Amino acid sequence: MDTLAVKWSAMDRLLGHSGPFAGSDFVTDDDDSVKQFIRYECRVLVVGAGALGCEMLKSLAMCGFSQLHVVDVDTIDLSNLNRQFLFREPDMGQSKAEVAARALQRRVPSCRVQAHHVDLTTLTPEFYRQFHVVVAGLDSIEARRWLNATLVSLVQCEHDAETPDPSTVIPMVDGGTEGLAGQARVILPRLSACFECTLSLFPMEARAFPLCTLASTPRLPEHCIEYASAVLWPQSERGRDAPLDVHDPGQVQWVYERAVERAEAFGIGGVTYALTLGVLRGVVPAVASTNAMIGSACALEVLKLATHLARPLNDWMAYNGAHGVYVYPFANERRPDCAVCGRPAPLRLRLPRSATLNDLLEVVAAHAELRARRPSIVSDSRPLYMATPPALQEATRVNLPKRLADQLQLPSRAADRLEYLLSLTDPSMPLGRQLLVVLEEADAAQPATDDTVEREA
Amino acid sequence: MLKLAALKKKKEAGGGTERAGGDGTTASADGVSVANASNALAAASRLRLQRDITELDVSDRVSVQFPDANDLTRFVVAVRPPEGHYRGGWFRFAFEVPPTYPHAPPRVRCLTRVFHPNIDEQGNVCLNILREEWKPVLSLNSILYGLQHLFLEPNAEDGLNREAAQLLMSHPNEFRARVTQWMRREAATGASSSRGR
Ligand SMILES: [Zn+2]
Repeated sequence: MDTLAVKWSAMDRLLGHSGPFAGSDFVTDDDDSVKQFIRYECRVLVVGAGALGCEMLKSLAMCGFSQLHVVDVDTIDLSNLNRQFLFREPDMGQSKAEVAARALQRRVPSCRVQAHHVDLTTLTPEFYRQFHVVVAGLDSIEARRWLNATLVSLVQCEHDAETPDPSTVIPMVDGGTEGLAGQARVILPRLSACFECTLSLFPMEARAFPLCTLASTPRLPEHCIEYASAVLWPQSERGRDAPLDVHDPGQVQWVYERAVERAEAFGIGGVTYALTLGVLRGVVPAVASTNAMIGSACALEVLKLATHLARPLNDWMAYNGAHGVYVYPFANERRPDCAVCGRPAPLRLRLPRSATLNDLLEVVAAHAELRARRPSIVSDSRPLYMATPPALQEATRVNLPKRLADQLQLPSRAADRLEYLLSLTDPSMPLGRQLLVVLEEADAAQPATDDTVEREA
Repeated sequence: MLKLAALKKKKEAGGGTERAGGDGTTASADGVSVANASNALAAASRLRLQRDITELDVSDRVSVQFPDANDLTRFVVAVRPPEGHYRGGWFRFAFEVPPTYPHAPPRVRCLTRVFHPNIDEQGNVCLNILREEWKPVLSLNSILYGLQHLFLEPNAEDGLNREAAQLLMSHPNEFRARVTQWMRREAATGASSSRGR
């Protein structure tokens, strides 16, 4: 029996009558127009052809979506084959996007899949604009931030520059997994909470710990591991000549042992070899069943958005399979000051009066809402530190050890503190952010505390 | 709720139209007060320039120098074409970024004297994206790429230096000789010409 016939009979059952969860725009598909839409018109972009991407592509094709595009810059590796089921051993070394597209078309001949073997950030806004829905199965927060900012920027506003024109809103369905846990969410750019609105929900990446925390006040096992690799390794005999090779088991073992010693010295538990590997390589073991659940949940959201057969997720679903099976939905709020979809007020950062520019760079690297990697900081239009281009980096790096208070001359608002408005940009930030840096007397200051400045009318 | 099915027609007709908010930077305009909106826009403009500068695509063919490292709005870009008539020369351009960037393009003048159909004696540069085809979605890098392209494929249809344009169309060999002659002279006088960085 043709797989297609099976699939459409299932869709007939779903679309043929209404139910208590149907969206307000749902109409029973008596004239097949909804099925026609799914099959011939609805263009869906799948971003990422890894484990989640394979699940999403398969589920979408089996629902009848037949105008698919898939983007992935990666090639197939032996370690992918256990869960990225569209790939086989002879495919190793080939483009994930291209092999996935071919495999899917072989299994579901009526489905058209176009592959793009490129970095998603090299595709133009015009490319993204052609889709009705974008589904993301990405493993990096940075890539999702970029995709989210791009889709938000595609929303055009009515003439008041405030009201989004719904015809330009491209929903982003985003899935993510980490070991036995995962989440799926629906983002309606400028209408609901965007990825950037909820960035603080994601754990900081281990490598972004400020060096001062690692050196003086470690609290987590990760701090000890990071200290061993970032500070102790470069001082060690072998580390003087070469950076740490995270794929060399001997070197990982060395870091693990040093981390254990340090953890014992500070009374911190939980340093294991697996965690060391995870921190050093930034990986958590992938679990096929988690990917299957999250991938299906995402495909289902696309189906709901396209057919209204049920109201879409509002707006977040978390799954945890580590201790039993636990699923719960959660509604995020839009942040009016979101750096991407809102009108951001400057972010207030408090530092001691003696703080240097270097201290500020560490704070913006460790801050959960900023996570700057290669920050550049400008006061008015005078650069304090520019990470690139080389000419400016050379000219501004002399400022790093200097105290901020000595470099800036701006009005202070109160006798006991100095306030400066600075602008921060970073490759990981779509638009950059304004900072209100408050330098306080040493005893009053709490390093790196933050709150957002009230908007001034 | 979004009506995806109903939107398809609009989407097909839509294409690449630009409106407020279309590039993500104008979104900071707000209704609280005019002063706030313009402050927000000025801040957005500075952030955008700062970001574009950090992203400048410098290489062995393109260098960027800031005569005053305290001023991000003025800088000099030098371009070295890897092939074509202008191969091996360094051609310098002064950039001046207005406060209305990216809604208005930077002003760009050529500092190197060059025999080129699209660059005149005064240093004016004829590049479509520097004028009528500028859009806020373009970046400083778009201009860098445009300038490099100008040396690989001089455009005789759109002559700013008429003599050069006509010569390129009618006598390509003579055109090539003139280009080389100018480049030699410029390299010899040196004052405003190539720098090996
Ligand atoms: Zn947002």
